[in-house]
Amino acid sequence: MTAVTDRQKLQYIAAKAADARVNVELETEGMILNMGPQHPATHGTLRIVAKLDGEQVVAAEPIAGYMHRGYEKLTEVRTYPQITALVNRIDWLGSFANEVPFILASEQLMGIEAPPRAQWIRTLLFEMSRVANLILFLGDMGVQLGAVTPAFYAFRDREFVLDQIEAVTGGRFHPNFDRIGGLKDDLPKGWLVETKNVMNKVRSFCDEIEGLFMNAEIFATRTRGIGVIPADVAMQYGLSGANARASGIDWDLRRDAPFGFVYPELDWKVWTHPDGDSFARFWVRLQEVRESTKMIDQICDGVPGGPIMAKVPRIIKVPAGEAYVATENPLGEMGFYVVSKGELAPFRVKIRSASFNNVSITPWLLRGVYVPDIITILASLYFILGDIDR
Amino acid sequence: MTQAVLHPILGLELAYWQETIIRVLLGLVALLLLTGGVVYLYLFKFVSFMQSRLGPMEAGPYGSMQLLAEVGKWLQKEDIFTEDSDKFIFGIAPAVVLASTFLMFVVIPAGPNAVVADLGTGIYFVLAMSSLSVIGILMAGWASANKYALMGALRAGGQLIAYELPLILAVVGVVISAGSLNLQDIVAAQSDGAIFGWTGIGNPYILTQIVGFTIFLIAVQAELTQTPFDMPIAESELVAGYQVEYTGIRFLVYFIAEFATAVAFAAVASTLFLGGWQLPGAWGISDGAMNAIGPIMISIKAVLLVGVVFWVRFSLPRFREDQLQKLAWKVLIPLALANIVVTGVMKVVF
Repeated sequence: MTAVTDRQKLQYIAAKAADARVNVELETEGMILNMGPQHPATHGTLRIVAKLDGEQVVAAEPIAGYMHRGYEKLTEVRTYPQITALVNRIDWLGSFANEVPFILASEQLMGIEAPPRAQWIRTLLFEMSRVANLILFLGDMGVQLGAVTPAFYAFRDREFVLDQIEAVTGGRFHPNFDRIGGLKDDLPKGWLVETKNVMNKVRSFCDEIEGLFMNAEIFATRTRGIGVIPADVAMQYGLSGANARASGIDWDLRRDAPFGFVYPELDWKVWTHPDGDSFARFWVRLQEVRESTKMIDQICDGVPGGPIMAKVPRIIKVPAGEAYVATENPLGEMGFYVVSKGELAPFRVKIRSASFNNVSITPWLLRGVYVPDIITILASLYFILGDIDR
Repeated sequence: MTQAVLHPILGLELAYWQETIIRVLLGLVALLLLTGGVVYLYLFKFVSFMQSRLGPMEAGPYGSMQLLAEVGKWLQKEDIFTEDSDKFIFGIAPAVVLASTFLMFVVIPAGPNAVVADLGTGIYFVLAMSSLSVIGILMAGWASANKYALMGALRAGGQLIAYELPLILAVVGVVISAGSLNLQDIVAAQSDGAIFGWTGIGNPYILTQIVGFTIFLIAVQAELTQTPFDMPIAESELVAGYQVEYTGIRFLVYFIAEFATAVAFAAVASTLFLGGWQLPGAWGISDGAMNAIGPIMISIKAVLLVGVVFWVRFSLPRFREDQLQKLAWKVLIPLALANIVVTGVMKVVF
């Protein structure tokens, strides 16, 4: 046995020596390419430091924190109703979805449950913000691959969704609409009918995008087999949302932990894809937008009457305790761990945002790919900088 | 062939040098006007239409003066040289690229006499001059002292050289059919031709050389570094490739060169495949009248072909570097070689 090991050792040393000799002869050295924090592809200030060998990436590291706003600390000096205005700005494309897990955690601590109508409308707006967010992803994927036109279609059709959100909440981007115990206001008259029209537009947008991308050969060669994440690796890195589902992990908090929502009463489906590559992530998100439009239609038909606000004290003091609530946000699992000491402000809030975990896989994923694939993979992982840095 | 252009029209008698200066100036004005028209028509308006937006609307009626505003803006900007750049090379690189474009235009005929220089080896000269631009791009990339610029320039080098081959091989089919390298002869061969004895529109080579025409357009798309072959510029990964450090007038020069080259290649393609300056069916017209109609005809054909380039540019995503090389070496070049063989056989048989 020892003889074999010695031979293996010698072989190893010889191989290393040969490598070193080649390197000395050719004088090859890697180039460090610094992508970001100011780079058109990173939509925000993510910085990727990539060590290159020609066009191939040897090692890549994401550096976050250029936009850190300290929301976890800021929540400690805000009252509970004020905090929704802050957490709104974490994932700024689907703002309403950020408020919900925090409100749910606070409600859990206070032992309040929102009335049924508020829960239905909350689910409705939650899905609307998902649609508004993912529409932009569908267009942006094209921009990152060099096709500019789909982005304009995305911006055009997202506007209808934003108009609907604005009509009910008063804010296009930052609604600040969710309250402990219910919602701020009721729906405007005729809003549900108009929303169903908008959902038809979104569905035709999905068909348009499918026609532009799914049948395009260049799109397939750029995305199929690029950035493959096996299911076990995805689990180890804590990927969630569509990124995990594209790797074949059948995990959706809307179905598996629908606390505070009305998802069990709706007819819908969790889409997964076995491939785990960039194409799969795109495909899963496309199907999710369609599924969301179906859900919104059902909610519009089924929303019950009644109050939109439970009985809550005028001055909100949350009893001492701890609660963790996670929801299936547009970008993945978003959780709020709220610790209260029974005062006006929380003692500590820990935000588990989806993009931070989703981007953490990039050093593993970017080894050995080409420079253009960095962009494809980052685009298909789909992060929002506010969601990484908080 | 060196007859005066203006003589038959205006009855002027000019010396050779006067004649040449007038030809060059007219050619320059025509090129810049066409380029501006193409930018307005396609980059501003056609694309806006595709992307369901209005495009520039404020400067002049329907934004038609937008280009003047843009040029004015660029001219005002500071001409920045980065600290580590090789100042001389960095400064002249845009001029090299622009010179390559202008030199291409020298031999493209716009009428029986309306051509700057009627060389016997016309098409050879065009293709040789078009490949000069890669030198300017490599100079720009290296002298910028920027990693993105360097990567863009190296990608451009690989891509332009790879697509030079299908471009040339696609032209060979036409040259075999016409039996001449001279562009006037190629135009004449098309207008003298007949489709099964019918001489109504002559015989433009797009009919017999459809494979060559397709390969030529794909290769032109790559030579112009337009999407789906825009790896050297690739704004979402390399920011702007070799142009990343350029500002002001030098960037403007690149901008003009990009679109003027598109016009030049489209003019070459319409000369080779669409009958050039000839008005189909109007065979009996005098040379003097044709010198006036010809430029309009070739402009229309060229602008339509540029439209195809932009239509593709704003529809498709881009290739990756290795996929792009694969397309050139494994698909286009064998196809072009096969086209040459078939054309040669047909030429001998018929």
